Amino acid sequence: MSLPHTVPSWAMLAYLAAGVLFILALRGLSSPASSRRGNRFGMAGMLIAVVTTLAIHDLASIGEILAAMVIGGLVGILVARRIAMTAMPQLVAAFHSLVGLAAVLVAAAAYLAPEGFGIVGADGLILPASRIEMGLGVAIGAITLSGSIIAFLKLNGNLSGAPILLPARHAINLLILAAILGLTVWFVFDQSPWVFWTVTALSILIGFLLIIPIGGADMPVVVSMLNSYSGWAAAAMGFTLHNVAMVITGALVGSSGAILSYIMCRAMNRSFFGVIAGGFGAAAADAGAGAKTDRPWKRGSAEDAAFILKEAQQVIVIPGYGMAVAQAQHVVREMADKLKEHGVRVKYAIHPVAGRMPGHMNVLLAEAQVPYDEVFELEDINGEFAQTDVAFVIGANDVVNPAARTDRTSPIYGMPVFDVQKAKTVLFVKRSMGGVGYAGVDNEVFYLDQTIMLLADAKKMVEEIVKAL
Amino acid sequence: MDFLSILSIFVLACFVGYYVVWSVTPALHTPLMAVTNAISSVIVVGALIAATGAGLGKWLGLAAVAFASVNIFGGFAVTERMLAMYKKKGR
Repeated sequence: MSLPHTVPSWAMLAYLAAGVLFILALRGLSSPASSRRGNRFGMAGMLIAVVTTLAIHDLASIGEILAAMVIGGLVGILVARRIAMTAMPQLVAAFHSLVGLAAVLVAAAAYLAPEGFGIVGADGLILPASRIEMGLGVAIGAITLSGSIIAFLKLNGNLSGAPILLPARHAINLLILAAILGLTVWFVFDQSPWVFWTVTALSILIGFLLIIPIGGADMPVVVSMLNSYSGWAAAAMGFTLHNVAMVITGALVGSSGAILSYIMCRAMNRSFFGVIAGGFGAAAADAGAGAKTDRPWKRGSAEDAAFILKEAQQVIVIPGYGMAVAQAQHVVREMADKLKEHGVRVKYAIHPVAGRMPGHMNVLLAEAQVPYDEVFELEDINGEFAQTDVAFVIGANDVVNPAARTDRTSPIYGMPVFDVQKAKTVLFVKRSMGGVGYAGVDNEVFYLDQTIMLLADAKKMVEEIVKAL
Repeated sequence: MDFLSILSIFVLACFVGYYVVWSVTPALHTPLMAVTNAISSVIVVGALIAATGAGLGKWLGLAAVAFASVNIFGGFAVTERMLAMYKKKGR
């Protein structure tokens, strides 16, 4: 099957170069030192792709195109400058929805005016292969669009994080998915508008329905998954346009999102299909209310904590999202600075699900000027707790719960956790004894002999500790 | 370029993606998402082709160019901003 594509060879090479630059952009992220150079490679790749495309096409509407780019670009840069680092998950979700929207628009434009894309066959109809690619592109794009909108609304708090469970949702979803696939195949035989637009509409609907039942705790997986979809959408459109840069990028982004989803699932010991099926976090809220016990525990003051911290040789700080909610990361870094003046070695231990998206807590600590070589991942630091004087848990709970190792009936059983109970002293900063973590389970660590509960707002408590140091 | 060549490139790129992404340090997973977001807006290529056409397709294309541009500029800018915050122990 030969195609009436008339892309000159130099342009093909330029697109290939753009694809290679995108690979180098991701490669740069293997260490913070090379990461910024990597980002520049990414920018260069995008510039090459855009300029090449403009160079090989009729430039009659260049004014309008530049206007569209300037408007979009200004909005993008303004948002990027102003966004709070805590709001990064919402921003990424919003960006995903735009990729999905762009994919839907491009597919629609290619459907309405296929000549410009060089995908019209000798019979005057759109080439059958292109129809499949176009159908898949618009479906994945539309799912990315609507799914990301729901993810954005949940992460931004416009929509409750609690899962919304419709009756017979699995049956409905499977039916719609089957309809989308069936119609995409049908599209090969019949390129009528109703087929194209029904696929688009059903895909938008299924995007909403798929994400609505997923609870707030599983959002890191969802954001990663939508990241992956946005890549597959770009790849499908790349197949339609026979564009190497788009196909390479789609493959990269698709794999990236898939791997991040896998890492997040593993960190929560949740199966990917369990997350997709949704409903997690609905029952946990009830269990949490009954988790209060009358067992004895110790309460300490900021002065007690300061004294213990000062005497320590090594302190490991375990931050959770509660710390970011209380905006305590800056004052925690101040505390670490003071401790270092006293000759204490301070390290930070980050659980993959410490933030609201993969790597989120690392960004929040970096923003608070915590050097990245003091920050360690779960598997790299977990062996050190036995030689650690103080484990300082702030705003985290489930990730230090030994029930994940010992209690088979616990909802978090099997999740990898920090062995803080091996440290000589555990300082546990928490708002009150009543509230429990996302999973809504009690934590044995509260009642250990070496645990001192520091009950207060995280930021106020650490500020007082800093004063007392 | 025929379908099989494109498919070959796609499959190989999936493998490249797999190995490159596993080599990304977990500390940079958020910037990874931001930058993959920016580069997946390479879909702007399709948008530009549509925008150089005529009729409704052109306007859809122009809208897609604008949305993709939000992502391209916003994605790279926010990645740059995050990466600039990662500092080594300098004191």
